Amino acid sequence: MTRTPDSRRNNGSASHAEVTASASDSQSGFVGNTLMGLMPFAVGIVLASLLHFVLPHVIPGRAGPYYSRIVTDIGIAIIMAVSLNIVNGMTGQFSIGHAGFMTLGGYMAAFMSYYGSMYLWGSAETHGGFLGTGELLFVMSCISGGLLAAGAGYVVGLPSLRLRGDYLAIVTLGFGEIIRVILQQTGKVIDNAQALKTGGLSQMIPPPVGGALGFDDVPKYTNLFWVYTILTVTLVVAYRLKRSGLGRAMISVREDEIAAQAMGVNIARQKVLAFVIAAFFAGVAGGLFAHERGVILSPKDAGFQRSFDYVIMTVLGGRGSITGVMLAAGLLTALPEFLREFEQYRLIVYALLLIIMMLVRPQGLLGIHEIWDLWPRRRSTSLPSSTVATSATSSPEAR
Amino acid sequence: MATVHYFPDPLFPPMSDFVQTLITALAIGSLYALIALGYTMVYGILKFINFAHSDIVVLGAWLSYTLAVRILPSLGLDPHNPATVPPFWVAAVVMLAAMVFCGVIGFAIERLAYRRLRRAPRLNVLITAIGVSLLLQNIGQLDFVFGASPQKMPALLPSWELASITFGEGESARRVVLGLIDVVIFSLATTLMLLMQYLVFHTKLGVAMRAVSFNTDNAALMGIPVDRVVSFTFVLGSVLAAAAGFLYVTKYPSMNQPAHAVWVLLGLKAFVAAVIGGIGNVRGAVLGGFVIAFVEQFGAFYISSNYRDVYVFALLIVILLVKPSGLLGSPVREKV
Repeated sequence: MTRTPDSRRNNGSASHAEVTASASDSQSGFVGNTLMGLMPFAVGIVLASLLHFVLPHVIPGRAGPYYSRIVTDIGIAIIMAVSLNIVNGMTGQFSIGHAGFMTLGGYMAAFMSYYGSMYLWGSAETHGGFLGTGELLFVMSCISGGLLAAGAGYVVGLPSLRLRGDYLAIVTLGFGEIIRVILQQTGKVIDNAQALKTGGLSQMIPPPVGGALGFDDVPKYTNLFWVYTILTVTLVVAYRLKRSGLGRAMISVREDEIAAQAMGVNIARQKVLAFVIAAFFAGVAGGLFAHERGVILSPKDAGFQRSFDYVIMTVLGGRGSITGVMLAAGLLTALPEFLREFEQYRLIVYALLLIIMMLVRPQGLLGIHEIWDLWPRRRSTSLPSSTVATSATSSPEAR
Repeated sequence: MATVHYFPDPLFPPMSDFVQTLITALAIGSLYALIALGYTMVYGILKFINFAHSDIVVLGAWLSYTLAVRILPSLGLDPHNPATVPPFWVAAVVMLAAMVFCGVIGFAIERLAYRRLRRAPRLNVLITAIGVSLLLQNIGQLDFVFGASPQKMPALLPSWELASITFGEGESARRVVLGLIDVVIFSLATTLMLLMQYLVFHTKLGVAMRAVSFNTDNAALMGIPVDRVVSFTFVLGSVLAAAAGFLYVTKYPSMNQPAHAVWVLLGLKAFVAAVIGGIGNVRGAVLGGFVIAFVEQFGAFYISSNYRDVYVFALLIVILLVKPSGLLGSPVREKV
């Protein structure tokens, strides 16, 4: 484990102010600063629209939807893995119930968009075109799914104040299973707008989201544009978090809780905050997943098997490395699609990868580094690269 | 079980239901305790959760099934006919064979995966344990190993009724049956636990185990072969787990495929039992096993059986918030 030398002055607001101050020095005042800050989002949205409009034409014919589906799956997996990495990689906790947050958010989003569109437009079909009213409802649903998941993340994060790593793992695993059990007890889907409007509020208890059979007929709004736009937001937030005072406080919790506490880092706050942020993005990703074509949302999605997939991605990619985790998530999502005939062996290979990784390279593929840290630098100093990485903090927007 | 469905009166529950639930809770509790012992011993010595422990239970269960469907036809009995009553030695042979095999597997897991990580951060060991768990589950799912479809365990024990009590009269008469299986599970599990108790607290090996658990480095300085003691602990835990797996499928013959969530939940509950009793504490694990079983069974009967898994985790969270060291555990102070 590499110690971040800066963790000494990780005192929340103090170093945050420092960062902001130095950033505004390099730019011309508030407006330029804000514009530069919005740059990555603009680039991401442009890339997402390119992907959305160009990809179907690059791959013609019947294979088109198949490959767009894989690319969509990769996007969702990256959102999940990168957000899980905030808890597991940056803060050094160990959550193995991330799919629980995802499914919770997914159900919330599906509930909102299904009944919302049935209430507004009389049917659960998709409504409006690209960026139309239907998609507006869809985005709102995803965000509310994220908020519900974030609330759940707060509740799950609370015991982490008293529990060390491995106990917490059990609590999060139990959380995923509890979500699964509770979702199985929900009511039948109301598939009739008339019944919905006349039935009153009592039909919403328990929520009519399909029980053990799963939530079918959710409007299929998810497309490449929205997945990759939300992915951009996730990445920018994760990256800036990692470079901010807040993120450094989280990293200090990972490195040494007692030392961090002694330096004035509020450990409890950092842990719960990490859970809340990660759960929010997992909930949004769940919303994207719920509205994806060919997916029937089911309580089984909250189970530990799916959670383990994301844990494997974060472990292989490198705990704390955003680009490493993205790489691992992309590979582990795409590869099984091309190795369909070996499906039986997929998890055996994953399990062996986990074990061998822990024995040979426990820090993951990229460790705590980002992919650009691998390029040789022209700096004359022979500092260890973690120091190089942290010394770049003074101008976080410059990259 | 009664065929009449009614809402149980919480204030005056029928005695018959209470007794039946009590019998089930005692039998299941002893199984949880057996599995929890494996978790607690490994945690006591190596300070990590052996996630693969529940898969050893599954292995024991599926091995018992595989052996039973091989042995019974060779005796001229139909394994899928519930009326067949094989001789008693079949059950004993199947159980012992499963225990031996699981012991070997437990030894191999420790030797190949965990031993090299003994000085590694605990999170790495935990991730390895998850890897081992996934590996065992999915190897078990392969077609040429156990397969990925549920099976029905042949009856190895006769379905005798050792005792039966009738509560009430006439229309409302309800019989409570004490089956042979429940008695066998409870007595066998108790015997194994008493043996464990003797081993840990009254033999030289037990002293060595407790010494390693107390302080590995100092134990090594005192001439205790740490590696051998750790290996022995794993073998012991795996053997108990195999016995629990065998007993579990004798009680509940419909077996799910090795990677099914039911098995993971079984292991989780046993782990929760170990935590509730105070992890690292052998007596606590037994107490925790029974507490969990009582909460689960009585909650399932008197509140709602749909949420039986939720009660266990709710209890875990309550215990962790009120007394994190568990019922019998002593609080650990972290030294800087």
